[in-house]
Amino acid sequence: MEAFLEIFDIYLLEAVVNGILLGGVLALLALGLNLIFGVIDVTWICYAELVMIGMYGMYYLFSVYHVPYWLAAPLCILLVAGLGAALHLLVIEPLLSAAPINQLLATGGVLFVLQSFATVAFGIDFRNLGIRLPVLALGEMHFSYSRLLAFIAAGVGMVVVYVFMTRTYTGTAIRAISQDRQIMALMGVDTRRLYVITSALGGALAGLAATLLVLQYDVHPFVGLSFGPITFLICVLGGLGNFIGGFVAAFLFAEIISLGGLFSDLEWGYVLAFAFFIAMMFVRPAGLLARRS
Amino acid sequence: MLELKSVDAGYGTFQALFGVDLEVRAGEAVGVIGPNGAGKTTLMRVISGLIRPRSGSITMEGADVVATPAHRIVGMGIAHVPENRRLFPRLTVEDNLKMGAFMPAARAKFAQRLEFVFDLFPRLKERRNQLAGTMSGGEQQMCAIGRALMSDPKLLLLDEPSAGLAPVVVQNVFELVKRIRAGGLTVLIVEQNVQQVLKVVDRAYLLEAGSIRASGTSAEMAASDTIKQAYLGV
Repeated sequence: MEAFLEIFDIYLLEAVVNGILLGGVLALLALGLNLIFGVIDVTWICYAELVMIGMYGMYYLFSVYHVPYWLAAPLCILLVAGLGAALHLLVIEPLLSAAPINQLLATGGVLFVLQSFATVAFGIDFRNLGIRLPVLALGEMHFSYSRLLAFIAAGVGMVVVYVFMTRTYTGTAIRAISQDRQIMALMGVDTRRLYVITSALGGALAGLAATLLVLQYDVHPFVGLSFGPITFLICVLGGLGNFIGGFVAAFLFAEIISLGGLFSDLEWGYVLAFAFFIAMMFVRPAGLLARRS
Repeated sequence: MLELKSVDAGYGTFQALFGVDLEVRAGEAVGVIGPNGAGKTTLMRVISGLIRPRSGSITMEGADVVATPAHRIVGMGIAHVPENRRLFPRLTVEDNLKMGAFMPAARAKFAQRLEFVFDLFPRLKERRNQLAGTMSGGEQQMCAIGRALMSDPKLLLLDEPSAGLAPVVVQNVFELVKRIRAGGLTVLIVEQNVQQVLKVVDRAYLLEAGSIRASGTSAEMAASDTIKQAYLGV
């Protein structure tokens, strides 16, 4: 009995740590989506599909064109940043004053366009980089280096965004614009340009997530479905547009998935997470850290 | 310095300004008085580019304001303190001031302008790290004026600076306008508080139902029978 408990504790600790590692990447994804929503007031339903395109970018650069990983990653981040800016200019900007449902449907349409494009262009095969990072053994616990790397890189990415948002003029303007859109011109801010910068930044975060996720998951045209919905739940639970709420919710969800997976199958972890989300929507419909207004 | 010629403006099918002619010369303080809904705020917005005129011309030191994109007008030296202050409530006082210095030309002078604003409003220096939305109305008005001054403007547009403030604070705001003027800044101020505003401006215009009905020096305006009856309560 004692021996059983001991092993149990180690597995529990391992699951908790793995949950934290997963939370880092989810928080990164949520930050990108929250940024777009907070600033432009538009939800990119196709956010996870940008990540999918980024993962294909990594696959082609690394496995087909043999670009080293450290060079392929920044290229890929730039590619998805460009894609984010293009998405804004081609789809969002013409619809800025349209009804929110139309914007939602339009980005939903982009989701299917990107999925279909990937199916036609890349086929439905599961592909991966073929990189096998070693597993870190800590006592009797095992953590994969790819998860550790993803956690650290996501953390660094979020710190860079934080510094950008708090220290630079453009970052301050991005925080200001969500508080009072109309008077930004009085400050000398070109809102159109700021939207493009924000969209590129949101894209860059999706690109960063892609370079990290491609180390853990195979890429296929529908891989976005594996983390798109969960990213939305995280953002809604944290309060759409609320960066800190999204951050907290990301780790909460990651722990539920990870611990749920410990007590039964991994799929049950997701079921638990979604059930928790539905319950929370009754308790705190405006999100965990809803602003009192 | 600033010249409006037969400016028409409005929102949608509603026309708020009808052929407004107005001039502000360098170094002057000019007031625009009139009742609620006369188009005073629209007048300010049309000058700073928040709405564009339907017809007529607006020039600032000879340069065409109408042809300039809205976000470049502050670069022409026009800073607008909007009605109800419109601070960014969840940014700190200092970040609000930073937004006032967003233009590249103003960024270069940020430290110097910040010192100038903090000298003018020592209270803002004490509260630089406080969220702007948590301050009192008077402090917020200081912050809004400070934010506009961060861009080192030539012309300051003040839209109802006394609105929603306690009477004692209103006195301070008008004192402040005098001090800002003493620094050589040109001021165009819109007010419902006619008695007070006529004490700090050189000239004034009476705007009613979107048209200029009268204009003159503050002494002339204060002596005019129509203004006495309608706005000064004598």
